[in-house]
Amino acid sequence: MARLSPENVQRAKDLIALYPQARSALIPILHVAQEQNGWLTPDVIAHVAELLDLEAAEVYGTASFYDMLFTHPVGRYLVSVCTNLACMINGAYELLAHAEERLGVAPGGTTEDGMFTLEDVECIAYCGGAPCLAVNWRFFGPLTNEDFDRLVDDLRNGRLDEEVPPHGTLCRVRRQAPLPTAPAHGAERSPGGLGLGG
Amino acid sequence: MPDIVIDGKKVEAKDGEMIIAAAERAGIYIPRFCWHPRMKPVGMCRMCLVEVKGPRGFALQPSCYVPVAPDQEIVTTSDTVKKAQDGVLEFLLINHPLDCPVCDRGGECPLQDQTFGFGPGESRFVEEKRHWAKPIPINPLIALDRERCIQCARCTRFQEEVAGDPMIDFVGRGDHTEVNIFADKPLASNFSANIVQLCPVGALTATPYRFKARPWDLDVVESTCTACAVGCRIAVQSSSNRLVRHLGVDSDPVNHGWLCDKGRFYYEAVDSPARLTNPLVRKGDEFVEVSWAEGLRAAADGLRAAGASVGVLGGARLPNEDAYAWSKFARTVLGTDNVDCQMGDGLPAEAVLGLPRATIDEACSAPATLLLGPDLKEELPVLFLRLRTAALDGDTKLIELTPRPTAMSEHAVVSLVYRPGEAATVARALVEKSDQDSRLARAAEALRGESETGEGVVIVLGRPSVAESADGIVQAAAVLARAFPGAKFLTALRRGNVHGALDMGMAPGILPGRVSLDEGGAWFTDGWGAVPAQRGLDTLGMLQAADQNHLQALVLLGADPINDFPDRALARRALAAVNFTLAVDCFRNDSSRHADVILPVAAFAERSGTTTNLEGRVSRLSQKVTAPGTARPDWMIAAELALLLGGDLGFDTLDSIAAEIERLAPSHAGLTPRLTTGDGAVVPVAARGKTSSNGQTGEQIEVNATFAQGETLMPENDPDQGETPLDRPPSASDPAEGGRPPLLRFTPPPSSRTPPPVDAYSLRLVSGRRLYDHGVLVSHSPALAQMVSEPVLRANPYDLDQVGIKPGQRARVKSPRGSLLLAVHPDPAMPRGTACLDVNLPGEGPAELIDATAPVTEIRLESVGGAG
Amino acid sequence: MLTDAPAIVTARLGQPESWTLRSYLDKGGYQGFRQALTMTPEDVSKEVLDANLLGRGGAGFEAGKKWSMLAKPRPAYLVINGDESEPCTFKDHMLLEGDPHQVIEGTLICAYAVGAAQAFIFVRGEFALGLERMTAALNEAYEYGAVGQDIFGSGFSIDLVVHPGAGAYICGEETALLESLEGKRGYPREKPPWFPAVKGLYSQPTIVNNVETVSNLPWIVQHGGKGFAALGVGRSAGTRIFSLSGHVNRPANFEIEMAKTTFRDLIYDPALGGGIRNGNELKAFVPGGVSAPWFGPDQLDMPLDQDAVGKAGSMLGSGSVVVMDDTTCMVRAAWRITQFFHKESCGQCTPCREGGGWVDKIMRRIELGGGRESDLELLLDVCDNIAPGLRWPPAKTTICVLGPSIPSSITSALKMFKDEFLVHIKEGGCPYA
Ligand SMILES: Cc1cc2nc3c(=O)[nH]c(=O)nc-3n(C[C@H](O)[C@H](O)[C@H](O)COP(=O)(O)O)c2cc1C
Ligand code: SF4
Ligand code: FES
Repeated sequence: MARLSPENVQRAKDLIALYPQARSALIPILHVAQEQNGWLTPDVIAHVAELLDLEAAEVYGTASFYDMLFTHPVGRYLVSVCTNLACMINGAYELLAHAEERLGVAPGGTTEDGMFTLEDVECIAYCGGAPCLAVNWRFFGPLTNEDFDRLVDDLRNGRLDEEVPPHGTLCRVRRQAPLPTAPAHGAERSPGGLGLGG
Repeated sequence: MPDIVIDGKKVEAKDGEMIIAAAERAGIYIPRFCWHPRMKPVGMCRMCLVEVKGPRGFALQPSCYVPVAPDQEIVTTSDTVKKAQDGVLEFLLINHPLDCPVCDRGGECPLQDQTFGFGPGESRFVEEKRHWAKPIPINPLIALDRERCIQCARCTRFQEEVAGDPMIDFVGRGDHTEVNIFADKPLASNFSANIVQLCPVGALTATPYRFKARPWDLDVVESTCTACAVGCRIAVQSSSNRLVRHLGVDSDPVNHGWLCDKGRFYYEAVDSPARLTNPLVRKGDEFVEVSWAEGLRAAADGLRAAGASVGVLGGARLPNEDAYAWSKFARTVLGTDNVDCQMGDGLPAEAVLGLPRATIDEACSAPATLLLGPDLKEELPVLFLRLRTAALDGDTKLIELTPRPTAMSEHAVVSLVYRPGEAATVARALVEKSDQDSRLARAAEALRGESETGEGVVIVLGRPSVAESADGIVQAAAVLARAFPGAKFLTALRRGNVHGALDMGMAPGILPGRVSLDEGGAWFTDGWGAVPAQRGLDTLGMLQAADQNHLQALVLLGADPINDFPDRALARRALAAVNFTLAVDCFRNDSSRHADVILPVAAFAERSGTTTNLEGRVSRLSQKVTAPGTARPDWMIAAELALLLGGDLGFDTLDSIAAEIERLAPSHAGLTPRLTTGDGAVVPVAARGKTSSNGQTGEQIEVNATFAQGETLMPENDPDQGETPLDRPPSASDPAEGGRPPLLRFTPPPSSRTPPPVDAYSLRLVSGRRLYDHGVLVSHSPALAQMVSEPVLRANPYDLDQVGIKPGQRARVKSPRGSLLLAVHPDPAMPRGTACLDVNLPGEGPAELIDATAPVTEIRLESVGGAG
Repeated sequence: MLTDAPAIVTARLGQPESWTLRSYLDKGGYQGFRQALTMTPEDVSKEVLDANLLGRGGAGFEAGKKWSMLAKPRPAYLVINGDESEPCTFKDHMLLEGDPHQVIEGTLICAYAVGAAQAFIFVRGEFALGLERMTAALNEAYEYGAVGQDIFGSGFSIDLVVHPGAGAYICGEETALLESLEGKRGYPREKPPWFPAVKGLYSQPTIVNNVETVSNLPWIVQHGGKGFAALGVGRSAGTRIFSLSGHVNRPANFEIEMAKTTFRDLIYDPALGGGIRNGNELKAFVPGGVSAPWFGPDQLDMPLDQDAVGKAGSMLGSGSVVVMDDTTCMVRAAWRITQFFHKESCGQCTPCREGGGWVDKIMRRIELGGGRESDLELLLDVCDNIAPGLRWPPAKTTICVLGPSIPSSITSALKMFKDEFLVHIKEGGCPYA
């Protein structure tokens, strides 16, 4: 499914230009890929590998290290309930249990309509709002069970479309600044051939 | 050289080495899993923790990662160290399946050994272990069992750091980390099975070896791989008289322990049911098995009838002693100088033998190394690894002169792409100092960086493509040799012992020991009784002569000109035309189908001898198993045919041949049997002496260095025990002494064939060999045969566009010689005006298109539509 | 007790649209950087050295000293660590969202002082709004002329890149962060080289500083290093943000003067934590991120002083204080922290990768009712194999200190609440459940 669109290939190239070494753009490009498809499809992994002159195994191996990068489909809304210490002692597991019941899926699962994927996660640095959760990394908390139900309804009904873009869209602000001028160094590639007389 | 103190003992360390290595040389073995002497340390497994004294007292440090420093104090035996190491071992075992009884590694597993040696008896881990589906194939040769993996990163590091094919990587994080490939994309690397040998546990196993044998049932000898001319040192293992495994042996000057997958698995061919077991004689359209007496008689009769009107083709796969025997047989018994071990796909013997030769180490440490030859990754794989590592480590600068991009291009500081036929033109532009293109200027600067004369520079010289004549390459070499008198050459010819066969005189006008017929004729007339007066024909000449009925008989020594000679039509006509053909071979092939007599010979690991690699390094081949049926060594056949034809080669043992070579072949003067043990010695030995390991040692494999039973070369020769009784003191240390003729020096021939002007509508063809083609070794090794890919023609998309060929289409490819229908692949890396079609034996390929007498091969493409 | 120290890094957070350039300039934004540009880089470094500015990322290394270790071969890079993932730490999150220009200005001053060729602000991937605010602010800053070529006509040029992470705690560790920034798996690098300042990003000398650390720089330049050092006590100079969470009435970030305030102040002062919820009793608290050994009520009067806390066997670490009241199951709390380290181990080092999983399983067993008395000894011995001697600061068998952080919560809980473990074991499960 779906390699990067021409527009996103251009975004990828712009990202590569930001760094002294191309591979540094890998994770930013994977975010773009996830923005396009919601998750990292095998085709997109292969495509990103091509763009960066890497092996697909390297792209896959790198992506798999990071929790935010999914190599399997997830719902439109990724609901990440924090269960780390501050939230736990403020009722996070109770909130999680409620979320499981309300959405009808266990952590890691996706609702049948493809709307929600539920996960329990480590601290999301929103401990002042414990118990808290993030939907596509937009933060909500503290939450009661009723708050949770309302949040799910709002998401379902599109009332939060402004605040919460579909999964994969991380940063909606694009860099407008000129490209950096620092010297590239390290893995400098030699240019191609010299066709004397042709 | 810093002195360090390990366990109270003063140890002399080498600058920059890791504590673990210094300790090992001092006889203190620190346990380890991830550390490997030939790869960069990662310090991941933590098994090698020792206490190192720092500013704040002793602290646990990974001895594989901390370099030695003056007066460093290290403790490897304290309770703290012991507890840390035991702890690591226990951690490694808690999720390990402990399925040793069904594991291929059982019996030779460091994890098992450590556990036995130091580990806790009973497990304190009572929970469920980690589970993975197992085993899964990661390519046709390797199976992966992730449950056994201990995450040492040896496999991933090898593929990335050494091979440059990072198609296996860690996946996941923490204790869910696995090594794996991506989706269905196999680990497509010419070097993949090194990771099986590197894996310290049984996580990676070789599919061809799986369950074939248990380590304790294995017999082993050390030998030299003959799959190509690099001559990697190997341990050959057998079980019940069958070869079951090759392991790379760490030879410092040669292979650093690595092997290519072909070298690792071609032993399967030795065991092939297709092997010839008894002599065959043609009766009408059929071959019938006959006794050796009858077979030899038939061969002798055929040769007698032909007289001196005979040619001997092949020999590049024979051990040195056998090549010498046939060389002598041709000259003294048949009376012909028509001998050629190359199939028109190499370089003239004068260039190979006459240019000053470099070693691999010299190429890897030269101020600059210029590559003018084939894609090394395909043709001389482990040389590719050595040079790649050297380039990445900054030990040398690579400059490439090539008709097409190769696997090395990305590591070259400059890659100069020439149009087929025009290598010499670019070489001239490179050495002339005026008006240089910036890339030429950079290349020239690299070559002249340290001295105007190119002192220390190494030129790796081979045949970049069989679709252009060797002439242009030799001209280019001449230009470079003249401009850089300080440069040396490493010849990059492919076949296993082609360099040894050339040394043994298996080329027209060349006598054993790198002397010309002109200059050495008298010496060998003395030694042999007679030599032909006239220089003979090379393979092209012989085939042309046969085609024109000027040659009565051909002898094929493990040769298959129909498949190996670049011009297939000529080879076919020649074999059809001769009256009598004798084939001496392990297998039948397309050429021996035309033979009158076929004599079966012993293959690799079925006989002893020596072989010579591309440096001129002579090392041992060892017998491990017995030959099938009545197959016997090539030299015996030459000796017996000589007797039947009224001659006498004058030797009846391998040792007597070796002694005669040492005595008569000037380049081999002083090459005593002792010198050929271990890493071997580069000839002429006077110039170099025995190359001793210059220090770095690799991972040891236990090989009892005995040299095979039965028909042997210098039995039970312990390298450290000095001269064996068979050893005579060298007749002379300087080849030129004792009346020996001088060694050949290269004089560039006049350029005979100039390429035609460029034709705007045609493309010039480039054809090399790939590691896996349908050649003899590969097609008779089931594991390797499956690796062969379909032939495709690659060209720049622009060129394809010009003739309206769309991606995925097939095209009609035409040359003045013939035409083929081929899948075509657009490749933006290809230079415009050039197309690449690699040799793909024995199927249709460039041999249909090439005219061996033309300087280049011009082709035209026509779209035929439809999907490819 | 609150001191009268000024708010240094949180001063603008209450302003409307505090994240915009307009708001920032209204409150004197970019004045520190402008002033720095009139000084020599050496003089700027000197002020920072004088300020005694300790790193706010967790290790507490003096910023000025770190800069002075920068090896000569250039280019040098500057990387700002905004990966904030230490559980219950949420101060950088706030700064990135609320005052992105201050982060940029701090980065610029640091880049100027160390002569960086390019700077990267590594923002934890989960901080979607933070990334948006940082990117927007950077666009504004370029437009304004504070970033880019010939800044403010000074001849100084520097480019900044906001780099998103992708979710892995270990990438907060500076060498893992550099690997991640190179587009690789976030594996911490083994030493030597001992510091990124010698060999860091792309193997070049690199300075890594935390978001809060550099956020102090505009103030330091404007008020002088000595002015900063006058706040706090000794090495614990200036103010610092503490992330207070758990069972307190007012969980939030508080910027307070270091060393002159105690944990009791932080937790109980009405202007700060406001005391324990429901009037419950304090049972224990985590003084500096979950990697830190716990303190009990007896340590409440310990000042928020880096060295004092260190001497008492723990650390101020990332500046996060988690308060647990007497309703908390300490086995469960320790187990949850253990789960975290188990999950977040990068997996390189055998003791951390396997040991973390093992102790997680033992703790789980005890909490859920399969514990055996011998498990307590086993726990300690397995922990000892990860961090030999179970000392503080910990000894390592591993590459980074994530591994040796695993024992902190377990040994704390075992030392302070062994009875609770025994009750779990005897009753076959958690008495609090
Ligand atoms: C496991 C681990 C996680 C860390 N996480 C962070 C983090 O999230 N943010 C941070 O600034 N520093 C973190 N650090 C500390 C960094 O390694 C580094 O010391 C710091 O970024 C340097 O900046 P500073 O000197 O300004 O504090 C972590 C260290 C370790 C060992
Ligand atoms: S201690 Fe743990 S997190 Fe740190 S490098 Fe080792 S395995 Fe990774
Ligand atoms: S051998 Fe040193 S850490 Fe593995």
